[in-house]
Amino acid sequence: MAAAPSPRAWVFAGRRPAARSAYALAAPAFGLMLLMLIGPLAAVIALSFTDYQLGAPSFAWIGLANYYEMFADRVFWISLKNTLTYVAIVVPGAVALGLGTALLIQSGAGLRSWYRTIYFLPVMATLIAMAIVWEFMLHPQFGLVNGLLRAAGLQGHSWLQDRGTALYALCVIGIWQATGFNMVLFLAGLVSIPKHLYDAADIDGAESAWSRFRLVTWPMLGPVTLFVVTISAIRSFQVFDAVQVLTKGGPSKSSEVLIYTMYTEGFEFFRSGYGAAVTVVFLAFVLLLTLLKSALGNREVHYA
Amino acid sequence: MAEIEIRALRKAFDGGEVLKGVDLTIEDGEFISLVGPSGCGKSTLLRIIAGLEPQSSGEIWIDGSSADGVRPSARNLAMVFQSYALYPHLSVFDNIAVPLRMKRLSALERAPVLGRLLPGRRRTERVIREDVERVADQLEITPLLKRKPGQLSGGQRQRVAVGRAIVRQPRAFLFDEPLSNLDAKLRVHMRTEIAQLHRQLGTTFIYVTHDQAEAMTMSGRIAVMIGGELIQVGAPSAIYEDPRDIRVAEFIGTPKINAFPGRIRGDGRLEVLGHVLHAATSAAAGECRVCVRPERIELSGSGILSGTVVHLENLGSEAFVHIGSEGMNAPVVVRVNDPGLLPAIGASVGYGFVPDAVRAFDAGGKRVATSIASRIERPRGVAVV
Repeated sequence: MAAAPSPRAWVFAGRRPAARSAYALAAPAFGLMLLMLIGPLAAVIALSFTDYQLGAPSFAWIGLANYYEMFADRVFWISLKNTLTYVAIVVPGAVALGLGTALLIQSGAGLRSWYRTIYFLPVMATLIAMAIVWEFMLHPQFGLVNGLLRAAGLQGHSWLQDRGTALYALCVIGIWQATGFNMVLFLAGLVSIPKHLYDAADIDGAESAWSRFRLVTWPMLGPVTLFVVTISAIRSFQVFDAVQVLTKGGPSKSSEVLIYTMYTEGFEFFRSGYGAAVTVVFLAFVLLLTLLKSALGNREVHYA
Repeated sequence: MAEIEIRALRKAFDGGEVLKGVDLTIEDGEFISLVGPSGCGKSTLLRIIAGLEPQSSGEIWIDGSSADGVRPSARNLAMVFQSYALYPHLSVFDNIAVPLRMKRLSALERAPVLGRLLPGRRRTERVIREDVERVADQLEITPLLKRKPGQLSGGQRQRVAVGRAIVRQPRAFLFDEPLSNLDAKLRVHMRTEIAQLHRQLGTTFIYVTHDQAEAMTMSGRIAVMIGGELIQVGAPSAIYEDPRDIRVAEFIGTPKINAFPGRIRGDGRLEVLGHVLHAATSAAAGECRVCVRPERIELSGSGILSGTVVHLENLGSEAFVHIGSEGMNAPVVVRVNDPGLLPAIGASVGYGFVPDAVRAFDAGGKRVATSIASRIERPRGVAVV
């Protein structure tokens, strides 16, 4: 017992201060992360259990009352259904169009950067500004869309003022905006596909463009596609600006979406607690998508 | 089984001409290597034969019919790429099965879900499975069939790539530097395997490499390409012993052949560094280069040439002595068969060679015939003045 500590014990003893300084060194980054990222998230979740109103001097913990109210509210369910419809239309649309555009640009020889820039424009322009253009284009009387329809002998439509079409008009705008972003990601993915795989496909008898796409392009784009789908879905869940500028969720809640509901509850009716509860639902969907992506990504993507 | 004929083939990229009129006939069942330094156009030539790239002019004939405008797969040639070009998302089995599925299944039968329902597909798939398993057995990769290429070593990927090539029983095999990505030991091993594969299949092999050792050890004939031209085509021993051009002499053989600056005298005798050799030529007088392979030079006090040892390379079984000599830009490399007898660095040594070791090239780099000038009789001199 009285023997000197073995070298092993000494090594372990020496480890403690090292661990302490490691924690000390990680502390600033960890503290900032806590303060800037995890803190606000925790605050939103905490807020959703209160009856806090913006500017109110006090608040009370009301447990799940906000959630009960929300799940009983018809507007919330309409909003959720509209959001899911929007995602279900915009994600496939924007992914397919983005991929198609990228393939066309990649296969052509000239003007590549020109096309790339043009298709990327909607991403760079703020949607608020572009929404004004869309409002003009979709105007029932002097809009470009109805003008074209009339010129073709078809009847025009009050796109944004009709309960049946408002949400779908927003979907079109959403696809229009997201396509360019997806295209850039797909272009990057296409460039990184090794040329020799296409040579091998040629030798192996994949003669049509379609069979080359199926054999090489599509599988090799797998990781990019997964990322593009996730990002498009998250961004579609976040749809807000076009709704705010063009329809304000109307007519009669037909284009009400989650973030817009959150915005009106939180910032127009100042019911911060209730708004926070809607946000938590929104965050749950985003988290679900992220988990789905990483689960799929870990399983599917192990390319040499 | 194919005879491949290349006629006056030219290829120009926007940068310049890569192939400057190549003519070559490859016999049925032959193993021919296209060898040359990187950038000489050998890979381009192979890609044009495969149909992956169009030629600017000239013709390719396969088995007596023109291959121009025929799609790569319709030419029925198989190609093994330097990077193996395996499909990373497919298992080894599926990789090998790709060419068979493309050939034997219709587009509809290949469709992801619908295809499975078609009755013909199941029958064809069974035959394909048998074929793939037979090839896997032949290449001893059966245990790997379920793995993805990412889980294989370089040598295993190489085998899979070869498997994908042989499974469709093509008319000829094209290899594009298939061993360059392997480590040295495996490369030597795979050389033997590819040579054995050729003996077994008896199909035409066209093998592109920049490694002259691969070309020398595996092929029946070597075609040396330099600067977009075929400089010499012949058996490995002929290329080594009887190079027609100084570029061939310098490219084939490691270490490189020693090139001495020399002169053809008015009486036809060759002169090197001021010493008249016992070799003569009928070529016109003028500047020339006298080349001697390292193993044909002997260190000897009685040699006509001398210099200082600047570097030693002892490989265990043999050794190379680098000798710096006056009037020479590069050191002369001499092979010593017994590394126990190496001179010290800095020592002065004499060296020489017998006249029939001499390969002389004129100022344009073309070979000039030499004969032993037998006017002076000497008892077995290593080097003769």
